[in-house]
Amino acid sequence: MIPELGSFSLILALCLSALLGSLPIAGAHYNNPVWISMARPLTAGVFVFLGLAISALAYAFITDDFSVSFVAQHSNTLLPMRYKFTAVWGGHEGSFLLWTFMLAGWMLSVGIFSKSMPEEFVARVLGVLGVLIFGYILFMLATSNPFGRIVPLPPADGADLNSALQDIGFILHPPTLYMGYVGFSVVFAFAIAALLSGRMDAAWARWSRPWANVAWAILTVGIALGSWWAYYELGWGGWWAWDPVENPPMITWLFGTALIHSLAVTEKRGMFKSWTVLLAILAFSGSLLGTFITRSGLLTSVHAFASDPSRGFFILGILGISIGGSLLLYALRAPLMKGSFGFEYTSREFFLLVNNVILVVSAASIFLGTLFPMVYQAVTDDLISIGPPYFNTIFVPLMMLLFVFVGIGPLSRWKQTSWTYLAAQLGKVLFASLLVGLIFPLIVLSKFSVAATITLILASWIVFAIGKDISNKVANKRSTLRGLNSLSLSYYGMVLAHIGIAVMLIGAALTSFFSEERSVLLAPGESVELGGYLFTLEGSARIEGPNYIGDEAELTVANDGELLTVLYPQRRLYVASGTPSTEMAIDAGFFRDLFVTLGEEKGAGAWSMTLYVKPFVRWIWLGAIFMAIGGTLTAGDKRYRRLRIKAAEKSGRGSKTQTAAELQPA
Amino acid sequence: MKAHRRKRLGVILFIAAGLSVAVGLTLYALSQNIDLFYTPTQVAQGEVNAGQRIRIGGMVREGSVQSATDSLAVRFVATDYANDVPIYHEGILPDLFREGQGIVVEGSLDNAGVFQASRVLAKHDENYMSPEVKAALDAAGTAPEGAATRPGT
Repeated sequence: MIPELGSFSLILALCLSALLGSLPIAGAHYNNPVWISMARPLTAGVFVFLGLAISALAYAFITDDFSVSFVAQHSNTLLPMRYKFTAVWGGHEGSFLLWTFMLAGWMLSVGIFSKSMPEEFVARVLGVLGVLIFGYILFMLATSNPFGRIVPLPPADGADLNSALQDIGFILHPPTLYMGYVGFSVVFAFAIAALLSGRMDAAWARWSRPWANVAWAILTVGIALGSWWAYYELGWGGWWAWDPVENPPMITWLFGTALIHSLAVTEKRGMFKSWTVLLAILAFSGSLLGTFITRSGLLTSVHAFASDPSRGFFILGILGISIGGSLLLYALRAPLMKGSFGFEYTSREFFLLVNNVILVVSAASIFLGTLFPMVYQAVTDDLISIGPPYFNTIFVPLMMLLFVFVGIGPLSRWKQTSWTYLAAQLGKVLFASLLVGLIFPLIVLSKFSVAATITLILASWIVFAIGKDISNKVANKRSTLRGLNSLSLSYYGMVLAHIGIAVMLIGAALTSFFSEERSVLLAPGESVELGGYLFTLEGSARIEGPNYIGDEAELTVANDGELLTVLYPQRRLYVASGTPSTEMAIDAGFFRDLFVTLGEEKGAGAWSMTLYVKPFVRWIWLGAIFMAIGGTLTAGDKRYRRLRIKAAEKSGRGSKTQTAAELQPA
Repeated sequence: MKAHRRKRLGVILFIAAGLSVAVGLTLYALSQNIDLFYTPTQVAQGEVNAGQRIRIGGMVREGSVQSATDSLAVRFVATDYANDVPIYHEGILPDLFREGQGIVVEGSLDNAGVFQASRVLAKHDENYMSPEVKAALDAAGTAPEGAATRPGT
C-alpha cells in the first residue's frame, strides 16, 4: 500500500509541477497577480509530495518490502539499518528520486528566501524550475519508477546493496554532490528569468550571487567527498582518476567557478552580463551532462548505472530541450543587453576575464576528452579510451597559469591598475614565494624536485598576495583589529577560498610527486621498508561481519624502531551477493597517510598487498573545505541581508518585530 | 566610441588567441593519448603491433588463471570464445576479477605475443558487462544468451 502511495504522490507532484511550470510564467507575462501568487504554494506542494514519495521509498527499504523491485535489487534483510535507509540512492531509480527531491528543496528555499525580489521575477524563477522538475518527474514515471512491484511472486530476500557502496562515503557523497549539482539549476533559472523579463542589472546579479556561491560551495564539498571516498575505497591510492563520471562535476565546477567570478563583475561593475548568463546556462548543462553520462550507460566507468536505451533517449531529450531552448532564448535576448568595456588591460575586470577564459577552456577540454570516445565510436565504429595523461597534459598547465592570476587578481583594482603599482605590490610577494619554493622542499622533504618547487612557488604566491592585500587594507585603519573588523564577510570568503586553492595545490602536488608505493608478498613475521617506515605482517585471522565474512591481516608499522601504529586491512566477501571487497587500512595524518590494501592469500598465511606512503594527501580535501567555507561566507555577506531588510520595509510588511527577526542571523 | 570598439576587438582577439592555443594543445594531447580497443580475435589476426599501447576486452577463460606463490605475478587467458590472448600481469587484481568474468586489460603485446597488462579492470557490478567486452563477444558472435549490458531483474 505504501509504495502505491509513493507512486501516487509522484503523480500529484507531476500535476502540480505542470501548473507551476505554466501559470506563474504566464502570469508574469500577462501581469496576472493571481497566477503570479500561485508560484510559492505550488512549489511547496511539489516539495511536500516529492517528500512523501521519497519517505515511502525509505519506508519500503526499512521494512524490507522486497515486493518493490528496486528494494529487492538493492537491499537485503542482513543489510545494516543505516545502509537500508541510504540504499534509497543505491541505484538509478531511487537516486533520481533523491535528485528530484533535492531540486524541490532548492525551489522551496528560493520561495522562502526571495522576499526581497519582485514577485513576478520570483514567479518566473520558480516557473522555470517547475518546467525542469516536471521533466524530471515525467522521466521518473515513464522510465524509472522506483515503486515498481514484482508480481505475483516477490523474492524472499533482496540481492543486497553493492558491497562497494556499503560505506560512510556512500551515505555522504551522493546527496552532497546532487545538492551542489542541482543548486546550479537555481542559478540557471535566475538567468532564464532574467532573459525572459529582460531584467539584467546589478540587482539581478546581487540576487543570484548567494545562490551561485552556496551551490558552488556544496558542489565543492560533494566532489571532495567523492575524491576522499575513492581514495580509501577503490584501493589504488588515487584521489582523482579522470573517470568519465568524475569529469562532468569537474566541468560544472569549473563553469561554476567562472560564474561566481563573473557575477562579481556583473554586480560591481554592471559588465559581462550576457557572458554571466551564458556561464549559468553552461554550468547547468554540465550538471545535466553528468546525469546523462551516468544514467545512459554510454561510457564505461566505475559509476555507470545499468543502462537502458529508453532512459538515455529521454535524458537526451531533456538535455536537448533545456539546453537548446535556453541557448535559443539566449541568442534572441542576449544582444538586447547592453554591455560596456570601460576598463584597462591591468584592471581587475580584465584579470577576472582571464580567469574566466582559462576556466572555460579547461572545462571545454575536459568535455572534449570525456565525449571524444563516444563521438569516435559513432564515426569510426572503433572503441577507444582517453586516459588520465590527456587530462593531465591539458589541465595541469592551465591551472598553473590560472594560479598566477589568482595571486594578481585580489591586489588589482577595478577599472584601472597601474603597472608600477602592481609591480610594487607583487615584487616582494614574488621574492618571498621564490624563497619558499626553493627552500621548503629541501628542508622538509630533503629532496629537490622542479615540479614540487614550481607548485610551492605558486601556492605561496597565492597566499602571500592575499596576505599583502589584507595588510594593505588594514594599514590605513587605526588598529589592526579594527581594520580586520571592517573587512566584509564576502572579502573573508574570497580570502579563505583562495587559501584553499593553495592548500589543495600543495596537497595535490606533494602527493603526486613524493608518494611511494610498493606491491609485496609478505609471510607472517616478514617486514618491508617503504619511505622510512617498516611494515611487518604479524598475522591474519578470519572475521565475520553482519552481512559479510572475510580475512583481516595485522600489520605493525614502525618508524626508527619505534612502534607507530597497527593497521588492519580486510578482505571481505558479502554473503548475499557473493561479491568480494577489499577494505583498506589507513593511518591518516596531517603530513602523511600510511595505507595498506590487502590482495590475496598465497598459501601458508602469506598475503599479497600494496603499501603506500602518501605525503600531504589530506591537504587536498582540507583545501576543498576552505573553499567551501569561503563560498558560504560570501553568501552570508551583510549586503545581501541588508537588501532583504530594505525590501521588507519598502513593501510595508516591515513591522518592527519582523525587521528585528531578520536582523538575527539565521 | 572608437576606443571602445578597439578595446572590444582586443578582448575578442585575446579570447580567440587563448582558444586557439587551447584547441591546439587539446588536439595534440588527444592524438598522444588515445588507447585503441581491440578484441582477442583482432589480436590473434595480427592487427596489433608489439609495443603499441592498447586495451583488450574479453572474458577470463575458465581454468586459465595461474598465480605465482612467491610473487604477485599472474597469468591468465582473455578470450572472446573464438580466440585467446595470453595475459601477464604483475600486481594485485581487482576485487571482481574471476574466471568467466568480463575484464578489460590495458598494456601492450611483447615480442612473444604475450600481452603485458599494466592495468586490469573489472566491473563493480557483477551482472554488468562493459561495452568493450560486450563488443568483443558480439564481434566474435559468442555473446551468451541474454547477456545484455543491463543486469537481469
